[in-house]
Amino acid sequence: MIDQIPLTHILFLSTALFFIGAYGFLTRRNLITMLMSVELILNSVNINLVAFNRYLHPTIDGVVFTLFIITIAAAEAAVAIAIIISLYRKINSIDPEQADELKF
Amino acid sequence: MLNASTLLLIPLLPLLSFLFISFIGKKYLPTLSGTISVLVLSVSAFLAIAVAYNYFFVVGMTNGIYEAIIPMKLEWLRFSPGVSIDMGIILDPISVMMLVVVTFISLMVHIYSLGYMKGEERFAVYYSFLDLFTFSMLGLVMASNLFQMYFFWELVGVSSYLLIGYYFTKPSAVAAAKKAFIVTRFADLGFLIGILVLSFHSGTLDIQTLIARLTTSDTTFYASATFTGFMGVSSLTWGLALVFIGGAGKSAMFPLHIWLPDAMEGPTPVSALIHAATMVVAGVYLVARLFPIYAISSPHLLELIGYIGIISSVLAAIIACTQTDIKRVLAYSTISQIGYMLASLGVSTYGGLNGEGFSASMFHLFTHAFFKALLFLCAGSVIHYVHSNEVKDMGGLRKKMPITHLCFLLACLAIAGIPPLSGFFSKEEILAAAFAHNQTIFYIAWLTAGLTSFYMFRLYFLTFWNKDYVNHHESHEHHSEGSWNMKLPLLILMLGAVGAGVVPFHHLITSDGQPYESEFHLNITLMAVGLSLFAIIIATIFYRKKNNLSDKISSSISQLYDFAYHKFYFDEVYQFVTQRILFNTIGALSSWFDKNIVNGVVNTTAFITEAFSETIKPVQSGKVQGYALAFLFGILGLIAILFFFNF
Repeated sequence: MIDQIPLTHILFLSTALFFIGAYGFLTRRNLITMLMSVELILNSVNINLVAFNRYLHPTIDGVVFTLFIITIAAAEAAVAIAIIISLYRKINSIDPEQADELKF
Repeated sequence: MLNASTLLLIPLLPLLSFLFISFIGKKYLPTLSGTISVLVLSVSAFLAIAVAYNYFFVVGMTNGIYEAIIPMKLEWLRFSPGVSIDMGIILDPISVMMLVVVTFISLMVHIYSLGYMKGEERFAVYYSFLDLFTFSMLGLVMASNLFQMYFFWELVGVSSYLLIGYYFTKPSAVAAAKKAFIVTRFADLGFLIGILVLSFHSGTLDIQTLIARLTTSDTTFYASATFTGFMGVSSLTWGLALVFIGGAGKSAMFPLHIWLPDAMEGPTPVSALIHAATMVVAGVYLVARLFPIYAISSPHLLELIGYIGIISSVLAAIIACTQTDIKRVLAYSTISQIGYMLASLGVSTYGGLNGEGFSASMFHLFTHAFFKALLFLCAGSVIHYVHSNEVKDMGGLRKKMPITHLCFLLACLAIAGIPPLSGFFSKEEILAAAFAHNQTIFYIAWLTAGLTSFYMFRLYFLTFWNKDYVNHHESHEHHSEGSWNMKLPLLILMLGAVGAGVVPFHHLITSDGQPYESEFHLNITLMAVGLSLFAIIIATIFYRKKNNLSDKISSSISQLYDFAYHKFYFDEVYQFVTQRILFNTIGALSSWFDKNIVNGVVNTTAFITEAFSETIKPVQSGKVQGYALAFLFGILGLIAILFFFNF
């Protein structure tokens, strides 16, 4: 059944997800939302991997890869949230515009 | 006895004492430090005397010649095969003699200072400096390597600087310390270049090898040193002359003498040790150390050194006749006597009876150390008593200070060369050597001997006779002439000043290590002693009772007197040269160049860098999303390029 959906449709979906994520990452004024946008980007990549695996290179590799990426994304989200919490404690805000101390 | 460990102890004990006092004693044992360093020094002095005995009478002589012994030599820094800086010990007659002189006089000064410096705030520091000096001076005389000698030479200069500036709250002492350091340092530049020239041609820094290579004319080293030259003078002579400039600076020869009279700002025992008995004879010692090269390879330079010595001697003697500060008179007298020693070296040649001048010079160095240290320590006692350096505040002290009076009188007689005191023997030998080799130097030296007697007895009468002593410090309770530890060194040094003349120097210290029999010259002796007695009589007439005879004489030759009183305006000439020519002309030009050209280049570079960085600074905004946007467009741009070029 899935074979009736061409690969291009799935790629459209993942591209749309990617750019939604990128847009969110660039425009949101809240680090949590930005983190969520990053997750969107990651997921679009995951979809790409699974899709290419299914259509172009039918082995199990791509799926395993995707599982790894999901795990790493979870760990990364934990780290990012920890950073956001300490940032909040420091400057009382999670606006990335105000967290520009790192340039020094 | 002559093994390396014993010999090393002699200089290392004062060094240890210096370190101990600086790091521990200064803080925890502020008054006991003096005693500690006296004890340490007495061990050093004992060892030095034992070494001297062993060298001269037990092991030193082989086949009738005193050979140099090198008990220890460590290579420290190697430049190229053969040229290295070593730390070694050389034992030969002159270094052994200097070991005894330095440790002995230093010990006397250490003991004397226990009384003289008592109650000073920086008592322990004073002792640590004295020990540093003693260590450096011992290192200097024992050095077997020219560069090692140079190290200790500079260390001696530093400790001299520290001690002259001991009363650092007094601006004059600070100025004197700086002057001493800068003048000698300037001269040492010559020494350093001289060392480099000599070592370049001889391919070694080791003193013995250097002497061996530069005195035998069939070596390639000798040829390279004599065939190359500059302004018609061979580089060997240039090297030796430059080395001598270093020596002349330390030994305060004209025209580099200006620092020594000012150095009298230091504590008096320091003047006795450093600026009379030991450090200032380093120049003489240096020439004596390299004497074979001077005498064999460059006799004309040696003659010139003799003339410099004798001219310094007579000029300093003339100045000494007009000075009224007791220590300055003694300082000029020191210059005069060192000039004598150099003149004596200048009339010497290498070997046998013709090397009489060398032996006489070392002899005079030896006896001079005793009587000049004694004179300074006596002056210290007098200054301690009257709280003034000016002779006008003294006078009539013979009853108040009988022991000091006796010591001072004997030391004056010794320096005047009255038999049978020590100065007589050494001076007689110098005059005999000069008479045999250079009549001009002989007559000037003879005249200087008369002047010496005159100004010493002028000083003696002005201090101890002339008028009754009036105590200007009525409020002070009456104090005696000093505690036992000030009198004891005086008495010991008095024995030295009286008896040092019996040492048979022509048997022990000669230019080639071979003893010779000296001849007694009755006519020279009569001439010298006669002139000295005549000068003493004149001084007695002028200064024993207060009268205006001396004023009459000085006003009748007022121009000459003023000229001498102002020390022949040497200081003013130096002032003119440094102030007007160096500072105002060359200094101003260099300053302009530095400010505008050097600084300008640096500032422009800095300005350009800063402007550029200001321009690109906003890129680094710290805004995460800005960076992300840049990534995005960067990636898109890259992709566009890839597509465009169709990779």
